[in-house]
Amino acid sequence: MSAAEILKPRARRSGAPLRRDLALIAEMIPPGARVLDVGCGDGALLEYLVHELGADGRGIELSQAGVNACVARGLSVIQGDADTDLKDYPSDAFDVAVLSQTLQATRAPRKVLEELVRIGRRAIVSFPNFGHWRVRWRLFHGGRMPNTPSLPDDWYATPNIHLCTILDFEDLAAELGLTIERALVLDSRGRAKALGSMRLANWFGEQCIMLLRRG
Amino acid sequence: MLDSGAELGPFTIAYQTYGRLDAERANAILVCHALTGDQFVAETHPVTGKPGWWETMVGPGKPIDTDRFFVICVNVLGACMGTTGPRDPNPATGKPYGLSFPVITVADMVRAQKLLIDHLGIEKLFCVTGGSMGGMQVLQWAANYPTRVFAAVPIATGARHSAQNIAFHEVGRQAIMADPDWCHGDYLSEGRNPRRGLAVARMAAHITYLSEAALHQKFGRNLQDRTRVTYGFEADFQVESYLRYQGSSFVERFDANSYLYLTRAMDYFDLAAEYGGVLANAFRGTPVRFCLVSFTGDWLFPTSESRAIVHSLNAVAANVSFVEIESDKGHDAFLLEEPEFAKTLAGFLAGSAAHRGLK
Repeated sequence: MSAAEILKPRARRSGAPLRRDLALIAEMIPPGARVLDVGCGDGALLEYLVHELGADGRGIELSQAGVNACVARGLSVIQGDADTDLKDYPSDAFDVAVLSQTLQATRAPRKVLEELVRIGRRAIVSFPNFGHWRVRWRLFHGGRMPNTPSLPDDWYATPNIHLCTILDFEDLAAELGLTIERALVLDSRGRAKALGSMRLANWFGEQCIMLLRRG
Repeated sequence: MLDSGAELGPFTIAYQTYGRLDAERANAILVCHALTGDQFVAETHPVTGKPGWWETMVGPGKPIDTDRFFVICVNVLGACMGTTGPRDPNPATGKPYGLSFPVITVADMVRAQKLLIDHLGIEKLFCVTGGSMGGMQVLQWAANYPTRVFAAVPIATGARHSAQNIAFHEVGRQAIMADPDWCHGDYLSEGRNPRRGLAVARMAAHITYLSEAALHQKFGRNLQDRTRVTYGFEADFQVESYLRYQGSSFVERFDANSYLYLTRAMDYFDLAAEYGGVLANAFRGTPVRFCLVSFTGDWLFPTSESRAIVHSLNAVAANVSFVEIESDKGHDAFLLEEPEFAKTLAGFLAGSAAHRGLK
């Protein structure tokens, strides 16, 4: 596809505002970028990227219902699994690979992260922070697995099998030789907060968004 | 010049069109028909009097909207609805070709279609789509002429014909050839027609187009116009009666030799083999936007076949969508009313049209 064919900006079709965390991810993506959204759900972010930013956007989604909804919206999405299907893509196939609120639900997050930064020149990862003070308080004070706004499910029903804190994630990124170019945390109302330090962010960020690159 | 090395020509191509080609000649959709389909996609069939084979999808306001797109459907090479095939006269002898008709391939069919598209002055097809053997043609188009196709929608198909599918086709061919009226392919000159053989071939094939669930729902073990079995070999069961009807009505509109040639073309289809054994090579650097569709109840071209194509397209970072539609209607689901499928196709075409800058 020629650049002229894909870089045609168009008016936003649906008036619905983008969820706050997705809007913050979108701000990290340059216009016209080639983007892979892993776990793209119903395609809200992807649609925004394609129609507002003129991105060449593709998606992978586990649920077939989500995939069908995306394709019916005119988005390029395939049914697939972050754990098994990222290996098919060639290296540097995308400018940005996005993994939004999905890492903690994968079977092998470390492997997924490695694949993400292989196929994308940059990766954007967002995840719920298990180090948030409310989580710590629930566990410390109540002695039970925490339910919080960003972790609403009971322990036996949660899809989140690999939760981590911001500091844990920082360690893994360092171990994989990744540079964190930008990091944002969101409070429980979805407001972005500037990071004083990672330690502070780990106390007060409910969700975290990281922009990563190799080396 | 055909893949087999034989030459064929001059030959006739029969096709139908619907809608209007726009001034930029950019809104053309080529619909490729399946094994026993033909060019009458969206109008009453001249032989059977039945609706066009894809009127669920093609027409004004339908997903392939003829108010917006210019739809072309070509009777494939080797078929029997006007395009040159084995029942047409061989210019060398003046008699019907019969088995002297050269064996053709899916790539030969596509080459013939491309001559027509050139003739119509269409530089780039907006979309090529089709199911089953039609889907094979779509893949061949995208692989051989990537700059002439903007979007490709291969439906309920595979990049190669499986051993099981070849086996079913062989049963059909043997049924035709075992019919004494086949006369080693010269039945037309002999004034005969291998009706029984072709009907049996159709019956066997028809089972593969359905699913156990669909057959059960439609017929179960219900008896045909009787309250008990007759302890004989009449069509006691509704499903038998249905199959016999399918077989006998098919011979009214289809040529037995064409059936041999077209099933052979499908058997020979193996796109990877044409590209060094690696399917991804067929699509390396492709600018084509793909949307693959499979159906859960299709055991002739199961989802795994579509997924293999998707993997190859991912390996070359092609622009690809893939949906699997929940359906218990078997392989034929793509020809039937499937709202989720219709929504998918309409959405993909709308998205692609926006990218193409179509009005």
